[in-house]
Amino acid sequence: MTVAPVLEVDGISVSFSGRTVLDGVSFEIRRGEFTGLIGSNGVGKTTLLRVILGLQRPDSGQVRVLGQSLSAGGRSLGYVPQKVLLDPDIPIRARDLVALGLDAQRYGFGRRTKAQRELVAKMLSDVDAEGFADARVGTLSGGEQQRVLIAHALISGPRLLLLDEPLANLDPKSVQEIVALLHRVASDNGVAVLLSAHEMNAVLPVMDRIVYLTQGRAASGTTDEVVRPEVLSKLYGHHVDVLKLHGRVLVVAEPGAENDDVPDHPPVTVT
Amino acid sequence: MHFLFEPGFFTSGPVRTAAVIGALTAVVSAVVGVFTVVRSQSFAGHALTDVATTGGSGAFLLGLSPLSGFIAGGVVGGGAMEMIGVERARSRDVATGIVLGAATGCSALFLYLDTTQSATTGATQQILFGSIFTIDPSTVPTIVILSAATLLGIGVIHRPLLLGSVSAELASARGISLRVVGLLFMLALAIAVGLSSIAIGSILSTALLIGPAATALRITRSLRTAVAVACFLGVLTTWLGILLAYDSVSWDPSSQGLPVSFFIVAIVFLLYLASGLPFARQLSGRRAGGGPPQGEIPPRREDASLGAAV
Repeated sequence: MTVAPVLEVDGISVSFSGRTVLDGVSFEIRRGEFTGLIGSNGVGKTTLLRVILGLQRPDSGQVRVLGQSLSAGGRSLGYVPQKVLLDPDIPIRARDLVALGLDAQRYGFGRRTKAQRELVAKMLSDVDAEGFADARVGTLSGGEQQRVLIAHALISGPRLLLLDEPLANLDPKSVQEIVALLHRVASDNGVAVLLSAHEMNAVLPVMDRIVYLTQGRAASGTTDEVVRPEVLSKLYGHHVDVLKLHGRVLVVAEPGAENDDVPDHPPVTVT
Repeated sequence: MHFLFEPGFFTSGPVRTAAVIGALTAVVSAVVGVFTVVRSQSFAGHALTDVATTGGSGAFLLGLSPLSGFIAGGVVGGGAMEMIGVERARSRDVATGIVLGAATGCSALFLYLDTTQSATTGATQQILFGSIFTIDPSTVPTIVILSAATLLGIGVIHRPLLLGSVSAELASARGISLRVVGLLFMLALAIAVGLSSIAIGSILSTALLIGPAATALRITRSLRTAVAVACFLGVLTTWLGILLAYDSVSWDPSSQGLPVSFFIVAIVFLLYLASGLPFARQLSGRRAGGGPPQGEIPPRREDASLGAAV
């Protein structure tokens, strides 16, 4: 018997008031894999993640988590949403937010057990957040808040961690730290990661597979399989070049082509 | 002792009833108030006091107890606000404003009729500014039961409520129904407003709801301590207000005694001001200077169509 993939996305289509956002998107994530969901802003990355979480109903297609339909597998997912604005006036310490990852959905009283408090402490140390564990989360920097949110998402032991643009709004040093941390924590715990980003270079070194999303369609595979001129040109519907320079990848549309949707290319036309 | 406590303070029946009711309503207000401030629903809380006024003045007109009117008004008004607009902050604000305006208009009518029909201005004073010394002791059991039920209810929903207040996205990703939690909280808020309307009047009940909670939130780090400090400040304020009002008979030239509500609200306000002092602010674990966090790039404008899709 083969082991079911952690996530199977099968022919997902979503449209909002007549505008097609996702058009038959399919891909798989296997256990422990680090997958980058790459595409420019507005291409439907958040919508796709919300479909996987069961927060958005697709027009067609289905999602299976660990071989089960979504409702049954929902508890196996951890989620770090895009741009969580944590208010400094909310009286919640980093430690409290991580602990809520264990039991926020539970109604009723009940103090947390010693084992639970120890698990929270271990999780905080796993994401190097011990130094600010007792500060209010709203007073932390963007990178520090990301660490706390990752710990909040991971503490319930999910098999798959979804992160929506966790690297946006971070300075370059924090980006590197968060990517390294995700890679380490995910492989230590055997958690698969699906991370969305509008720029692939920051995650290139740790990425096992890529899901490249544009114009509602997706191509998936290893970076070498997907980030090639013939594959991406077909996806975009017009010719693009892929430049590899100093270990970085640039996707460039030819002059005059509509290249607003090419993620790694600035929206200027070179003549 | 005579200097501090006027004769008869500890043996007076009305004072004892007032002290019990005052403490209960202060605790309920503080607990609900902390979540109200955290959820930025102070305006909704204030609007509920207006709806409670309508209920209280209407109940007076029908010869019912003001407490039943306060609470019925609050529950109906809170339900209406939650139904009209929960989707976005703006529509919630508008919904609150609409309900508030309509309710205040009805209060004007009811209070006018209360006054003309009973040929006394006592109704207006009692409904708007409270009457903690003239509470009918037979309503005490009702107040105790309502207080206990509200505290129990908040205790049961506190974890989903807290995560939902921190981030709606995080909460719904865990399968928490924000709608159910929001409605239950609105119910608790309506009861808290009704109870503190009895103590210090419907117009001023927001002061007891928001004041001790906001003060506690400025000087604490975690929710647990914020709730404990808010309860302590609420009870302290209420008892001190009762004491000062009782004693005021001896300094008030007319020998009538000044209203409790005034003293309570004044102490609430002074405590809030004191919590803004630098030494108090440091208790909340904010970083020195209180400036924006370091090492952050200003947020990038996200594509508008993505925002619409979400």
